[in-house]
Amino acid sequence: MSLLEIENLSLSIGDTPILRDVDLSVAPGEVMGLVGESGSGKSITALTVMRLLPWAARATGRVVFDGIDILAASEDQMCALRGDDIGMVFQEPMTALNPVKTIGEQVAEGIRWHTRASRADAEDRARKMLDRVGLPSAKFPLSRYPHELSGGQRQRVVIAIACALKPKLLIADEPTTALDVVLQAQTLDLLRDLVAENRMGLLLISHDLAVVTEMADRITILRHGEVMETGDTARTLSEQLHPYTRQLAQASMHVPALARTHEVGQDNPQLQAAKPLLQVAKPLLRVESVTRDYPGRRTSLLRHAASIRAVDDVSFSIDAGQSVALVGRSGCGKSTLARMVLALDGPTSGTIRFRGQVITGKSEAELKPARRDMQVVFQDPYGSFDPRQKVEKLVAEPLHVLEKKPTNAERREMVAKALHEVGLSPRDMDKYPHEFSGGQRQRLSIARAIITRPKLVVADEPVSALDVSIRAQILDLFAELNQKLGVAYLFITHDLTVARAITDQVMIMHDGRIVERGRTSEVLDHPQSEAAKALVAAAPDLHRAIARRLQEQG
Amino acid sequence: MTLRFDIPEENFADILVKAFTNRSFLTGFVITALVAAVAIVSFFWTPFDVTRLIIADKTQAPSPAHWFGTDHFGRDILSMIMIGARNSIAVALVAVGIGMGVGVPLGAFAAARGGIFDEAVMRLNDLVFAFPALLSAIMITAIFGPGALNAIIAIGIFNIPVFARVARAGALAIWPREFILAARAAGKGKTLITLEHVLPNIVTLLLVQGTIQFALGILAEAGLSYVGLGTQPPMPSWGRMLFDAQTRMVAAPWMAIFPGMAIAITVLGLNLLGDGIADILDPRSRRQR
Repeated sequence: MSLLEIENLSLSIGDTPILRDVDLSVAPGEVMGLVGESGSGKSITALTVMRLLPWAARATGRVVFDGIDILAASEDQMCALRGDDIGMVFQEPMTALNPVKTIGEQVAEGIRWHTRASRADAEDRARKMLDRVGLPSAKFPLSRYPHELSGGQRQRVVIAIACALKPKLLIADEPTTALDVVLQAQTLDLLRDLVAENRMGLLLISHDLAVVTEMADRITILRHGEVMETGDTARTLSEQLHPYTRQLAQASMHVPALARTHEVGQDNPQLQAAKPLLQVAKPLLRVESVTRDYPGRRTSLLRHAASIRAVDDVSFSIDAGQSVALVGRSGCGKSTLARMVLALDGPTSGTIRFRGQVITGKSEAELKPARRDMQVVFQDPYGSFDPRQKVEKLVAEPLHVLEKKPTNAERREMVAKALHEVGLSPRDMDKYPHEFSGGQRQRLSIARAIITRPKLVVADEPVSALDVSIRAQILDLFAELNQKLGVAYLFITHDLTVARAITDQVMIMHDGRIVERGRTSEVLDHPQSEAAKALVAAAPDLHRAIARRLQEQG
Repeated sequence: MTLRFDIPEENFADILVKAFTNRSFLTGFVITALVAAVAIVSFFWTPFDVTRLIIADKTQAPSPAHWFGTDHFGRDILSMIMIGARNSIAVALVAVGIGMGVGVPLGAFAAARGGIFDEAVMRLNDLVFAFPALLSAIMITAIFGPGALNAIIAIGIFNIPVFARVARAGALAIWPREFILAARAAGKGKTLITLEHVLPNIVTLLLVQGTIQFALGILAEAGLSYVGLGTQPPMPSWGRMLFDAQTRMVAAPWMAIFPGMAIAITVLGLNLLGDGIADILDPRSRRQR
């Protein structure tokens, strides 16, 4: 007997069909993985189970939870279910918690409402629950506020709220997407333990096939609101009978197939020996013992605020055409370092040379020549474009640094060429950014970065907001441009598969320092430092996960 | 995956449809258009000449000849209100223009520069805010002499900090966005970024504030004229008419009621218009009406 049974669920919002004949079931103690790309209807399916749909949504079909017909239940019945028998964990721990209430209050809230427990009893249970999710009250008293906790700790609070009343079903909607790999592994472990302890059903929603494979007993693959395939995780993914399943799995493990000439050179001792002759020029970018302090919070009126060291004595260099990954957990200082490389922020001490010239402490006018050869691609394809400008102006933005201002016709020509190079049509020039999908916007972002033919592109998590199949395409594009234009990359990421896919070298950053540097494959296969080992161990890997599943089943 | 309800930017036709199905915008628009039309008509035609005093007709109650009655000099109140509309609108419009023209650059610049400059601008704002606006306007017109022009300047000065604050607050919310960082990485300076990216993104905010200040400007002009420091006779103004009416409230109540209603309706119309514009342009309020 299933705990949750969804049959022939169809749903439309207004006139737009969102779900078509979705079937899904979760048994007690079972982990069901719901996988799909953005817009496939994963979140809407979860919200239907909670009946938290937008007002214009109309659902038909059958959704039965524990003998209760969800679609026909009254709002009072639903209120009794939500948070009691069905718990939900959201993606973004920053916004899922109320910033003006203490974590104790927020965990106790549901307990008091559903069980009519007294404040003291509820707090007692809240304390136990927080202790269970790894926030012992000795270190994390109930009186803490969400902003006093880190992202991973906040997600633990969200899980504590969802599991406080030992729900029969837990719905986790991308619970680890906003966390770095190490926190992701810890959070997944916690969820797995809670499922085993309480024989809870878990509906795990994710776009990350590797995460789902590690967690789920069975898997349902959703595309455009329709179930493509459903079945045992290990079998489904090892056999890959359905073409879409195969496509997803391949995209998850995708490595751009282009040979990298300069890496070949490193393998070849003869070429290696010839290198000093070939490359008379100094390294393209040289960072010399750079440190960046931020003022900390003052603890007393009399004492000076202790400063926080975001980047601590970092030195490295990047050669022309080289592709280097900067990998580290969130908060390790990698984005701060990137901003200093881009001269958007100045270091507290140390110097940064670009093409042999010092770029630290220069005025904007003096920086203009350097800016021409240095561009940036940001993580968020939605936030990195001014919503009120057309593509032509947006992509042409860096042309501003050119010595000679191009005429209108020249400018359109250059934009058209850049758009063509990233696989978009020159006709897209007169559209607004909202008319593009996330992947297309990231292409626009790359077009903007390459329009001045830069020597160095700094990419800050350029694919982490994208679906796997789009991610594979964008990685291909990066690799292709690296070859075609000889542009060097500084790739900032917390995702090791991305680093492995397109970079020659990798630097591991931890607590503001670079703790390890080497050839990408070597560092990722044989990590030396503690930080690198932790990252590699925590990184979800589809091959490994499938192999482990198959082994468990014998 | 969180749900991302993409709010599409609409084209002009969509906005028009939205505008004319929005009740408060429609009401506000009709009222404002009516007042503006009356003001324009008054340039060419009014039922009676307001500069000719006919004492024999003084303080007549509303009648078919004088719809709104006459005042203590026998002038037709309807004609005076029509011409007064033109004054009120002109004063308020120019005052809003002064406030925007000076306040928005100040605020946007303060947000872009930050530091000491920001601090100086905002404290100066506080200083202006510390004085009751109407009282200081009275002071200014008392020093520089009464008249429509000085009234405009006085009201305009007190609009400056309002727009400076709104522009600064709006700009501060735009500056940390990633597309600004992208523009900086492209080598654009603060002035250029402010012009190209910041201002277009706060223009709706300023537009809405503009309608509010416009309504307040009409009230302020009426207030100044009421104490005799605004528009000077024989030019009629709504505030001046109220002042003349106050001693005759019992004998000739229409002298107060009609100009008072003109002010109330115009301000109401402008407020509705401002609310409507805010509704139409604010993505968060698009779902409800």
